[in-house]
Amino acid sequence: MAHIQVPTGVPGIRSLVMFRPETGEHLYNLAQALLRGVSPLTEAERELIAAYVSGRNECMFCMSSHAAASRCLYGEERNVVDEVLNDADRANITPKLKSLLHIAGRVQILGKEVTQNDIDDARSEGATDEEIHDAVLIAATFSMFNRYVDGLASFTPNDASAYEAMGERMAYNGYVSPQKQL
Amino acid sequence: MAYIKLNNQLPGITGLLENRPDTGDHIRALTQVLLRGESSLTEMERELIATLVSYRNECRFCTSAHAATVKALGGDDELLDKVFHDADNAPVSDKMKALLNIAAKVQKLGKEVKEEDVERAKKHGATDVEIHDTVLIAALFCLYNRYVDGLGTYRPEDPGYYEKLAQRLVTVGYMRPREGVIPVAETTYR
Repeated sequence: MAHIQVPTGVPGIRSLVMFRPETGEHLYNLAQALLRGVSPLTEAERELIAAYVSGRNECMFCMSSHAAASRCLYGEERNVVDEVLNDADRANITPKLKSLLHIAGRVQILGKEVTQNDIDDARSEGATDEEIHDAVLIAATFSMFNRYVDGLASFTPNDASAYEAMGERMAYNGYVSPQKQL
Repeated sequence: MAYIKLNNQLPGITGLLENRPDTGDHIRALTQVLLRGESSLTEMERELIATLVSYRNECRFCTSAHAATVKALGGDDELLDKVFHDADNAPVSDKMKALLNIAAKVQKLGKEVKEEDVERAKKHGATDVEIHDTVLIAALFCLYNRYVDGLGTYRPEDPGYYEKLAQRLVTVGYMRPREGVIPVAETTYR
């Protein structure tokens, strides 16, 4: 049971956005711009950062749904998602993406945990300012979404297949607020 | 100096939002609805939640900016000091104490908010929308604080800077001015 009277049976963020569309509209627009807008990072990589941060924030709903979206977008390379969620240092991804995930992990703890060294390491692996920016803002944004979803105890399905379908929708349709779909 | 190159010389969050309006404008719009939109919580109550969370996230830029805004709305240092260190004895309503308690839990992690925290707020008259907005304001400042510090943005030392910024947040709000953010007062501090 959610802490407040949101529509029943609707999972996670969606139920909260239906409860308060005035703020929900902007939350969906932010997710769309950040995860589907122009970026030097692929959509699969951005979803992976989102899933990684959500896992560290122990938000099962966001972790499961964004991991599913990332798997879908990675296609044949989908295994990297679970490798990163299990142990990012040993995952079969580029050193650049590892360094960006490292920065995202620092941001997840607290902004001031990011040091000049972390930034220098990412640059030495070829990360650009835009990539560093997007990694930081995705990590910061999911530090918001995770707290919103769990802080109001919104409905978190346990069924893995529910997330698979959700991930496909997120991968192919992007982030469209429930109001706009009506 | 920020960790990355920005397209402007503005400090803190202002420089980041101006650098990336593609995401920044949505963050601004969300903030405007939450902190200045129609609500049964006063603007000062909402700013107090933002300030407490920023303080606990050790984000000096956001803490200075929103503390100055609380003061511009009629608060004082004693109120802020109590809210930071002893919220249960702060000169605010019992409902507000319960909402500040929820915000402090959200700052740690979403799942720290327990049934009894929400019950306490409801017992003192908090509505579902007030509880919702408290959680989302606290969560939003967990974004802001990480964005500002995670990219190592420039933080003015002069208290006068934050007083001017607070005046703008009280009179104009959080939306991006149509001509962009180019107030002389800010750039001269750079």
